[in-house]
Amino acid sequence: MSRRARGAAPLSPARIRVLAGCAAALAAALALPAAASAASGPTLPDVTSSVNTTWVIVAGVLVMFMQAGFAFLEIGFSRMKNAGSGVAKILMNFSIASLAYWACGFALAFGGAGAIAGTHGFFLNVGHDAASAAKDIPFLGTYDISPAALLFFQFVFCAVSLAIVWGTTLERIKWQAYVVYAVIFAAVIYPIISHWIFGGGWLAKNAGMQDFAGSTVVHLIGATGALAALLLLGPRRGKYDARGNPRAIPGHSMPLVGLGILILWLGWFGFNPGSTLAAIGNRFAEVVLVTNLAAAAGVLAAAGTIYALQKKIDIGMAGNGAIAALVAITAPSGYVEYWAAPIIGAVAGVIVVFGVLAIDKVLDDPVGALSAHGLAGIWGTLSCGLFTSPRLASLNGIGKPGLVYTGSFHQFGAQALGVATAFVCVFVVSYVVFWAIKKTIGLRVTAEEEEAGLDIAEHGMYGYPEQFIPAPEIGAGSTGPVADRLRGAPAPATVSAMSTMEATP
Amino acid sequence: MKMIVAYIRHEAFEPIRADLLDAGFPSLSISEVKGSGRQKGLTEHYRGSEIAIHLRPKLKLECVVEDEAVGLVTETILRYARTGSIGDGKIFLLPVEDAVRIRTGESGAEVLQAHESEEVRA
Repeated sequence: MSRRARGAAPLSPARIRVLAGCAAALAAALALPAAASAASGPTLPDVTSSVNTTWVIVAGVLVMFMQAGFAFLEIGFSRMKNAGSGVAKILMNFSIASLAYWACGFALAFGGAGAIAGTHGFFLNVGHDAASAAKDIPFLGTYDISPAALLFFQFVFCAVSLAIVWGTTLERIKWQAYVVYAVIFAAVIYPIISHWIFGGGWLAKNAGMQDFAGSTVVHLIGATGALAALLLLGPRRGKYDARGNPRAIPGHSMPLVGLGILILWLGWFGFNPGSTLAAIGNRFAEVVLVTNLAAAAGVLAAAGTIYALQKKIDIGMAGNGAIAALVAITAPSGYVEYWAAPIIGAVAGVIVVFGVLAIDKVLDDPVGALSAHGLAGIWGTLSCGLFTSPRLASLNGIGKPGLVYTGSFHQFGAQALGVATAFVCVFVVSYVVFWAIKKTIGLRVTAEEEEAGLDIAEHGMYGYPEQFIPAPEIGAGSTGPVADRLRGAPAPATVSAMSTMEATP
Repeated sequence: MKMIVAYIRHEAFEPIRADLLDAGFPSLSISEVKGSGRQKGLTEHYRGSEIAIHLRPKLKLECVVEDEAVGLVTETILRYARTGSIGDGKIFLLPVEDAVRIRTGESGAEVLQAHESEEVRA
């Protein structure tokens, strides 16, 4: 495509100069009138495909950046002794999922229009030949984007879902356990459910279940895997006292939590709006606005709820409110009008506070993943059954309008079926996988390793070495005469030998 | 020679340090410590669950002076560290046998606080 753009440049150099810095595809699009007269220029379908592909890649990159959000969120909610292990976990899981989804996951999710799973496109290798790709991937007949863009965009969703799984397992899971589950999750579990709902499978096609960007597919699935892992893993040491009352184990950095939440919020502008899989038509802009309205309402509702309960605005809860609202608006973001978004977000903000408080009494979920991704994912999916507008239901071609337009619970029932099916299937499979891991390689580090922290126990070095190793041992900083002088202290007049020595580097 | 060890609130330190410097006592050390006393603990909240904190952060101030200066230093500490609320801290007095200035090797009371004027500059 960049070759074509350069070819068009001599025909309208002024225009091209104005566009310097834009993506090559956009340059080609705007130079079209000049290029079309030349025999070898791009056709209108070429250009729309490139514009759409460009947006999908940009959105996919934003979703990839959510890995940084999850990393900071989890690390901030962990104690210092486990700060480094969060980095290792995100890096390992994202990389495993990258290969597993390309090798197997994408084929099961999008390689065919079967009811249960796709059958084509393992180790996808179709290059730019869109015609042959469309044969194996029926999806590409509807969305004129590059197969590579579709695979990348769907993969980063899978990686988000996988990252959610580990939120409940902080500070005690063995790295061998998450490596094994990551392969199975990215190759099989996530792709099958995403085929049912995103890839033309039975839940979307036959049941008419609406899930625009994955409140169920991505978030509920991730949280369900997280629940299965947590039930087999148990709470962190010291989380519950002798009488079973929960004790707070504060995370070490609220600034990191805040950074993580804001990165996730930013990433969501790729997550939901990118799920249009098209820029032409400008639908994605509407989805951006819907997403942001919901998130803002979620923060205010969660902060207000925890303030009403405890007379304090808890920082972590306000952040959970943002995440819960973003999770909830994910399914309806392409199906509801603007006015419904703050309602969906605010309800999610209230749900997440009560969810965290109730779950904390029995299950140790350090980041609130079960509430923010699980409960809010269920609510968001069901909310389509209430608020989906007739205009957008017919635009997307899936399901019917919601209760407030039709007075009928029909669509709500379809949504509930989707939620229940996804939850049961993923929970059963994940529980079996984690059970097998527990019986073979083990799920949890030893009590001694947990006390020492995963950083030193599993990775051999602390995330913050200077917090744990006395400064003189690692040359962490000097307050010697040189440092004193650099800070403006006068040189000692009497000891000349010392200053001569220091002048030599 | 006496060592004065005072456990005080963080915010009390700066005025104490300034007054002691003015009075000719620039040499002292502090450490950040955590301890419990009559103040006992506090209950704080994190993500909706309670956490009881039994140890409170304090500053430990150490200062070695000649016997006749003890009254002046303790009065300075009392003047700024006392708020009247539980948790103000305590002062301890310990005997000290000798003191050595490492840079020069000189020892005895003259190394304690009363510096020569050229050294005080900086």
